[in-house]
Amino acid sequence: MKVLMFGWEFPPHISGGLGTACYGLTQSLRQHDVEIILVIPKLHGDEPDMKFDLINASHVTLRKKSVASVSMAAAGLEIDIADEPANSGKPAEFVVDGPAAHLKRPVYTTRETGDLTTVEIPSYLSPYVNPAMSVLPKSMTVSARQQEPSIVERDEKSERRTDMNTEYTYKDNDKRNHDNTDHHHADTDTVGKPPQEESYFYAFSGKYGPDLLEETKYYAEVAAEVARHHTFDIIHVHDWMTFPAGLAAKKASGKPLLVHVHSTEFDRSGESIYPPVFEIEKAGLEGADGIVAVSGWTKRIVESRYHIAPSKVKVAYNGVMPREITPLTHGHPFGDHVVTFLGRLTYQKGPLYFVKAAYQVLEKFPDAHFVVAGSGDMLPQVIEEVAHLRISTRFHFTGFLKGDNVEKVWSMTKVYVMPSVSEPFGITPLEAIQAGIPVIVSNQSGVSEVMSHVIKVDFWNTHALANAICNVLAHESLSATLRENSKQEIQDITWSKTAKKIKTIYHELTT
Amino acid sequence: MSSQPNPTPKPIVLYFQAHQPWRLRPFHFFEIGSKADGFDNTQNEAIVRRITRQCYLPANKILLDLILKFPQIRITFSISGTLLDQLKQYCPEGLASFKALAETGAVEFLAETDFHSLASLLPGTEFEEQVLDHVARLQEYLGVRPAVFRNTELIYNNDIAKKVHALGFDGMFLDGIDAVLQGGSPNHLYEHPEEKGMKLFLRNYFLSDDIAFRFQEFGKKLTVGKFMSRLKSIPQDDTLITLGLDYETFGEHHKEETGILNFLTDLLVCLAKDKHYNLVTPSEAIQQLQHTPALHVPDTISWADAERDLSAWLGNDMQQDAFETMAHLEGRIKAMNDPTLTDRWRRLMTSDHFYYMSTKRNSDGNVHAYFSPYASPYEAFMNYMNVLQDFVHTVKEKEKELATFPKKAL
Repeated sequence: MKVLMFGWEFPPHISGGLGTACYGLTQSLRQHDVEIILVIPKLHGDEPDMKFDLINASHVTLRKKSVASVSMAAAGLEIDIADEPANSGKPAEFVVDGPAAHLKRPVYTTRETGDLTTVEIPSYLSPYVNPAMSVLPKSMTVSARQQEPSIVERDEKSERRTDMNTEYTYKDNDKRNHDNTDHHHADTDTVGKPPQEESYFYAFSGKYGPDLLEETKYYAEVAAEVARHHTFDIIHVHDWMTFPAGLAAKKASGKPLLVHVHSTEFDRSGESIYPPVFEIEKAGLEGADGIVAVSGWTKRIVESRYHIAPSKVKVAYNGVMPREITPLTHGHPFGDHVVTFLGRLTYQKGPLYFVKAAYQVLEKFPDAHFVVAGSGDMLPQVIEEVAHLRISTRFHFTGFLKGDNVEKVWSMTKVYVMPSVSEPFGITPLEAIQAGIPVIVSNQSGVSEVMSHVIKVDFWNTHALANAICNVLAHESLSATLRENSKQEIQDITWSKTAKKIKTIYHELTT
Repeated sequence: MSSQPNPTPKPIVLYFQAHQPWRLRPFHFFEIGSKADGFDNTQNEAIVRRITRQCYLPANKILLDLILKFPQIRITFSISGTLLDQLKQYCPEGLASFKALAETGAVEFLAETDFHSLASLLPGTEFEEQVLDHVARLQEYLGVRPAVFRNTELIYNNDIAKKVHALGFDGMFLDGIDAVLQGGSPNHLYEHPEEKGMKLFLRNYFLSDDIAFRFQEFGKKLTVGKFMSRLKSIPQDDTLITLGLDYETFGEHHKEETGILNFLTDLLVCLAKDKHYNLVTPSEAIQQLQHTPALHVPDTISWADAERDLSAWLGNDMQQDAFETMAHLEGRIKAMNDPTLTDRWRRLMTSDHFYYMSTKRNSDGNVHAYFSPYASPYEAFMNYMNVLQDFVHTVKEKEKELATFPKKAL
């Protein structure tokens, strides 16, 4: 079995989310003797710098290389994907004809390692870039492709980069797009008015820019080209940004298409969906030969919101990478009663319900502390609500965290809360469990379908959430029982199980 | 005429356990300190009424009719004090139908802990107090005086049996599990190794569970014929068969549509007519059977779960924490000597509350979940602890009152 997979970041930089899911799944599929041609959008190698810098670089590169080099030098970067693919092993480069030809960039590069062929398409598509994502720092913007960046713009960008280098980014300018009346942050003047030529990216605006849709189209063109150059039995794509690529590859090759749904527009945006994205999702789901949803929750959304026949949609739960997290013996500046929210601060993740529950918990545990780790378009709203309730001294906003900092937060956390409004799966609670933390999740999550040793509440029921938090804080026996049993339980939630299920689906679709 | 010698009919004790706990209402952490009533009277009433309608009344009627028709039928009941009280309060007709059974003289009632509680695990005299309370309640509600004892969920060990004997009982029930029988047969009347005159009834769990759990297994129904042939496969030398099951098996766990009530009727008719068997009460069995080998049970056993130990109620940290917190109140409760508070405390000791908190998985976990009114053991624990802590506030308040107005309290 050979699969042409349009996946994401490999290996993942950031825990949780689409990148982690694709990584876990591909690794396990390979162990189940599935050969994979993995196509990923990629602008860089494994540089420590954040990818938004590279996004700028790539755009400049497209236009005029010399300017780009200057620009990147100014930003302290040394990457030029056009000349220097991240891998120095001289990977093959392909250039396509057609509409994209004028871009004069290498269309894709391939690398082969045993059963895994990696195809990298230079593209700023990212698994973390959607309105629900907070991973990219606040001022991530993307120049329109067709525009020559001006010196002024570049300067402004580098300036912003500087203040972005800290992970504490309270001053998201996205708020502006969301709510024009509220310009109280100190830096409003600097970032408040986007240069005309920039189209603001969808990451924090809660809106998708036209660029992204263009990018998925471009990606699809290259995908068709990749499909023509390789042999495989089935195409497997992950989430809407790769759906056009999957459909194009199917058209080019005539092979069956499996669409894997990790999240839908309704999860990310609730009722105020962005129609073009919905259309792409619907086209992908309809054009697919088979659909995999990461939970029963997501399967039901696919059926009810996109009117897909139930028989076409199979559930394959995500797994979790076995990992022993030894809690850092780290000072606990906030004492014993630390309650943590770790995730994007977006509608989907329900951060305001966390605040409302926290307010009630503080009545009974005045010394409790609440850590909000993550960023996103709702950050200003969350901060305002916390201030309005006069509980700011009990709230700690860390901004987006990764690596060691996540483990530092785990080490001080007494209970982790995921009050998601609509969570297709939810890997972060499983990571909290690995770190030995009792977990409370909403019933509106895929993870609640596979875990019995967690406390479950409805996301809107902040009273019940507060009750659960208070009880965990009050009774060591409760948190100990949750901890031990859930740690035991996640041993059974493996990517190998997922891979087996997916492999069966491959066989069904190819025979 | 058959040339076969007339066999001595084999005695069978058939006992039914009837019990309902005082379930708790959803109780929020923020209500702690409000000194509210933590019991869900509406739900308890609804459940007891439903079960009375679906099980107790129809099954009691079957028993009563059959006893009138076949006076040789003997039935044994163990009814918890918490159920007797709820019947009295919510369903007097249910209580009356048990009383009618008692008046036939063909039914023996066993003593147990009044609150279907884990009192046998407490130090001190709480266990004895609850047993005597139950004896008094049986006398008051049903007009009977029990002579044989059955502990909550068949929790048993040598020491508990000793206490029970000291209270004047001649016999006690336990589960006939392999761990204590070590290859021996459960189908005899045994005796306590030290307490002479303390007879032990070992439930034949295999045959009992054939009805209680496996009445409908793999889409196949148990028939009376099949059950009788299993009874017949019991060796000739075995002297007593003890069958024990939840009374709610008939009409509640298995609904009437399954034919369970007809099964009960047919089984009793069959046993009444069969010359090979003789239904007896435990007291009759004690009189009839002379040979009673000693049975030594040093470790605590029960009839619950695959483990047949205390792990169904005290298997995890939450259960132990909840139980210990409740148990630690004993001294303060007894010192106040307030009947209402004592009653509330004892209701919180009922084994069901701890059973709901079990985190066992596998098929036992499913049984726990079937009985539990909670979505998960964690909710069961949280709610219990909220009620218990609120109760502690009530106790504190009362203590203050007693300290301030000691005379008034007397």
